[in-house]
Amino acid sequence: MNFINGEWNEKINVRDFIVKNYTPYEGDESFLSAPSEKTKALWEKVLGFMEKERKAGGVLDIDEKTISSITSHKAGYIDKELEGIVGLQTDSPLKRAIMPFGGIRMVHTSLEAYGKELPEDINNIFKYRKTHNDGVFDVYTDAMKKARHSSIITGLPDAYGRGRIIGDYRRVALYGVDKLIEFKIQAKKSRDDEPMYGDTVRDLEEIAEQIKALKELKAMAAEYGFDISKPAQSTKEAFQWLYFGYLAAVKEQNGAAMSLGRVSTFLDIYAEQDLKNGVFSEEEIQEITDHFIMKLRMIRFLRTPQYDELFSGDPTWVTEAIGGMCDDGRTMVTKMSYRFLHTLRNLGTAPEPNLTVLWSVKLPENFKRYCAGISIDTSSVQYENDDIMRQKFGDDYGIACCVSAMRIGKQMQFFGARANLAKALLYAINNGKDEKTGEQIGPEVGKLSDGPLDFDELWGKFEIICEWLTKLYINTLNIIHFMHDKYCYERIQMALHDEEILRTSACGLAGLSVVADSLSAIKYAKVTPIRNENGLATDFKIEGEYPQFGNNDERADNMAKFVVESFMKRLARRRTYRNSIPSLSILTITSNVVYGKKTGSTPDGRKAGEAFAPGANPMHGRDHSGCVASMLSVSKIPYDSAEDGISYTFSIIPAALGKTESERIDNLVTLLDGYISETGHHINVNVMYRETLIDAMNHPEKYPQLTIRVSGYAVNFIKLTKEQQLDVINRTFHDKF
Amino acid sequence: MDDIIGRIHSTESFGAVDGPGVRFVVFLQGCPLRCLYCHNPDTWLSSDGREISSIELVEQIAQYKSFIGKGGVTLSGGEPLFQPDFCKAIIDGCKELGFHTAIDTSGAIPISRSKSAIDAADMLLLDIKDIDPDDCEALTGMTNENCLKTLQYCEMTQKPVWLRHVLLPEYTLNESKLNRLGEYLSHFSCVKKVELLPYHTMGLSKWDALGLTSKLKGKEPPTEKDVLWAKSILEKYNLKL
Repeated sequence: MNFINGEWNEKINVRDFIVKNYTPYEGDESFLSAPSEKTKALWEKVLGFMEKERKAGGVLDIDEKTISSITSHKAGYIDKELEGIVGLQTDSPLKRAIMPFGGIRMVHTSLEAYGKELPEDINNIFKYRKTHNDGVFDVYTDAMKKARHSSIITGLPDAYGRGRIIGDYRRVALYGVDKLIEFKIQAKKSRDDEPMYGDTVRDLEEIAEQIKALKELKAMAAEYGFDISKPAQSTKEAFQWLYFGYLAAVKEQNGAAMSLGRVSTFLDIYAEQDLKNGVFSEEEIQEITDHFIMKLRMIRFLRTPQYDELFSGDPTWVTEAIGGMCDDGRTMVTKMSYRFLHTLRNLGTAPEPNLTVLWSVKLPENFKRYCAGISIDTSSVQYENDDIMRQKFGDDYGIACCVSAMRIGKQMQFFGARANLAKALLYAINNGKDEKTGEQIGPEVGKLSDGPLDFDELWGKFEIICEWLTKLYINTLNIIHFMHDKYCYERIQMALHDEEILRTSACGLAGLSVVADSLSAIKYAKVTPIRNENGLATDFKIEGEYPQFGNNDERADNMAKFVVESFMKRLARRRTYRNSIPSLSILTITSNVVYGKKTGSTPDGRKAGEAFAPGANPMHGRDHSGCVASMLSVSKIPYDSAEDGISYTFSIIPAALGKTESERIDNLVTLLDGYISETGHHINVNVMYRETLIDAMNHPEKYPQLTIRVSGYAVNFIKLTKEQQLDVINRTFHDKF
Repeated sequence: MDDIIGRIHSTESFGAVDGPGVRFVVFLQGCPLRCLYCHNPDTWLSSDGREISSIELVEQIAQYKSFIGKGGVTLSGGEPLFQPDFCKAIIDGCKELGFHTAIDTSGAIPISRSKSAIDAADMLLLDIKDIDPDDCEALTGMTNENCLKTLQYCEMTQKPVWLRHVLLPEYTLNESKLNRLGEYLSHFSCVKKVELLPYHTMGLSKWDALGLTSKLKGKEPPTEKDVLWAKSILEKYNLKL
C-alpha cells in the first residue's frame, strides 16, 4: 500500500490519514456490482439460520456456560469455504452469549425466559464478584428508586450495558495492534512521575486494562488464523482487521447501542489502491463489503423481556455514518459509500447495520439521487444534518445509536435514556404526586388554584418540578456511570480511543409534543382539570381550539422550543460525574409507547395510556398541513440545546411522492434538501407499501406523519374518526397504490 | 398587492402530485359542481372552511421557500376560481416571491370571471370531467361548456395546461369517449401533458363523515390494466401521458 504520509505516521490520527488519502466520488451508481455467487450462497445460509431463529421464538441458541469475553469462544463459522470475512461472537451463528458484568440478575431473567439456567460454577463466581447492577442499586437512594418505579425516568442503563461508545475500529487496520499497544504503553509511562491518587490511579488502571484487551484482541484474531499485529495491507485485510476490532467489542459488551463509526470512506482508501493495482476487481470488493455487512447483520445480544419492550425488535444500532463533507470543502462520499448502501440491494433490506447518510446540501447530486432511490425501495436509510453537525463536531464524527453525534476516538457518551416530561407536567398539576398511584414522588409544589389552568401559575410549578427532576436525573446517571466504569469497563472500546476524551452526560426527554400541545392548550384555549376524590387530575376538559405542534404555527412551535431550551439550561447547571458535559436528545426509540401506557391523561387531550409520539414528532393525527409543515415545526427545535440529537420519523406511500420513479426521487431529494437547509437534524424516511400499510392500519402510532395523498386530494385526517382514518388507509392499498 | 379575504379548506405543504415538482397546495373552499366521485365533498359549501386574507396566506407560503423553489404553489379545492379575485391576489403575491403558480380547476367558472386569475398563473391543471356534454351534466351537475371554453382560452393565450381526466368505470372508462377525448385534445398545442387519474375510494370516508350518500358506493376502481388500456388509446393521438 502506498499512502500519502502525514501526522498519522507519527501519532494516532486517523482523520489525517483519511483526509490525505481518500478519493471523493461524484459519479453515479453504474459502477456497482451485483452479488457474487459466493455472496448469494453464503447469504442463503445466513437466511436459513435467521429463519430457524424466528421459528424458535426469536432466539436461536444461547451459550449459558461461558462468560463472554474477547477470547472466551473458539472460532465460529457460517461456512468456511464461502466466508470472505470471518468472526462470530460465539462458536456458532446467532448463538447468544452471557455478559454478566452488567448485571447477574438480568442474565438469570433472560435465561429463564428461554428455559435455561445459569450453571453453578458461574453463579458461584458472582457470589464473590460484584456487577454494575449490584453497585448501582447499593447506592441508589429511595427517591431514585421511586422515580424509576413511577416511570418519570426510564430505560436507564442500570441493568444492561450502557453502549454509546464507538471504538475507533479503523485504528486496528491502519496501525496494527502492536503499534496500538506501543502507544498505550507510552501513554501510561508518560504519567509514571505523577502523584498517584484519585483519578490518576483510575486512569492508569484503565490504560492497563486497555493494553490487556489489545493483547486479547490479537489472540482472538489468531484463533481465526490471523496475525493482526501489523497494519492491514489490502482491502480484505482492512475490512477483516477492522471487523475484528468491532467483534472484540461486541464480545466484551452488550451496550444498547454498539455503533460502528464512520468506516466506509476510510475503507475506500484501500479499495481504490487495490483497484488501481489490479489486486481486487470491483466485484471482489463488493463481495468483501457484502460479507462484512452480513456479519454486522448477525450481531446478537441476550436480553430480558422488559428490555425488549423498551427497545423492541432486537436492535443493535450498528450505526455507520456515510458521506458528509470534509472541512476542506470536498465531499467525503466515495465509491464505498455507494457499496455500503448497495448491500441493501445485494442482500435485501435490513435494519442493521443502521445506515445513516450524513446529508449536506453540498453533497453530489448523483449521490443524493442514489440515496433517495434506495430509500424509496428499502426504507432502510436515515438521514442527518451534516451541515449543522460539522460545525460542532468536525468532519470525523460518527453517530451513536440513532442521532447522537460524537468525534470518533475522542469522545464517549454517558447514556441516560430519557425523562418523561409529560409526567413531569402532570406532577406540576398534582402537587408532585404521581397521577396513577397518588404517591408523592416529586416535591410538593403547592396546589393549583381551582378552575381552568392558568399558564403562568402552572409554568412556575413546572419549573420547580424540572429543577428537582434534572437534579435527580443527573445524580442517577452519575451513580450509573461511576459503577459502569468500575464494574463493567469497556476495555477494548476504550483501547481504541485517545486517553484524554470528552465525555457527555447524554440525557433525553420523551413526550415533547404532548407537553408543547398541553401548554398551547392551556394558553390559547381553556383547560380545566377533572380531579378525583383524592384531588388528582385524572382527565381534562378542553374548551376551544388551540394551535398544535406540527403545523408550522409559531405559537405552538415556540412552546416546544422554550421547553427544550429551559430543560437544557437546567441540565447544564448540574454537577456531573467525571466532568462530563450534560447534553440532551429528543429521542424515544419505541419507549414512546411504554411511556404513554404509564402516563395519565394530559392537558392536550391525550387520554391516559395513549402512546406519546416518537422522538420529536408531532402527536399522531395533529398535523393537518402536510409533512413539510411538520418538518418545519420539528426543525425549529434548537440543536444548540439538544446536541445529543433530535429524532423525526416520517412515512409516506410512493404514490404521494410522485407519479413516476424519477419524479419520486427528485421530490424526495427536494424534501431532504429542504429539511436540512432549514436545520432539521434527523429524519427517518419510511416509504410504505402494502405489507407495511397493514401494520399501519393496526398501529397508526408507529407510522407518524403518514402521508397518503393523490392528486387533488385534501387529506383532513384529523376531522375523521379513528375508524374512518383506518378506512382511508385500508382503501389506499386496496386501490393498489 | 391587494389584500383579498377568501375562504380555504386547508393547505398541504408537500404536494408532490399537484403539478411540477414539490408544491404548496391551497385547497380553496366552495365548488359549484357536485361530481359523483368527488374526494373532497367537505369543500363543497362556500360557508365552510375558514377565512384568511391573501396577504396572510402568502406570508405563510413564504416560509416554505426551501422546499418549493423548484416546484411552486398550486391553488386547488373545491373550485379555486369560484373566488377569482382571491386567487389572483394569492398568485400575484406568490409571483413576487418568485414562486411558480398553478391553478387546479374544473373549468366550470365562465372565462369572463376567471380570466384574470388564469392570466396571472403560470399554468393550469384542467380537469375535463366528461367529453360528452350530457354525460358531463349527469356526472357533475353542469355541462362541459365552460370547461372547453377555458381550454380554448388557454390555447389562444398559449397558457400551458396539464389536462386531467378521471377514469370512472361505466362513466368515462369507455372506448368511444376516450377516443373522442383524444381526438379533441390533439388539436391543442397548449396541452403539455395528460394525466389519467383512476377513480379511488379514499374520499368515501368523508362522504360518511358528512352524512352524504354516494351513488358510487360499492363501485370498484379501475384496475391497472384498465388504466394502461385507457393510456394506450390516448397515446394514439400523440398526447404526452
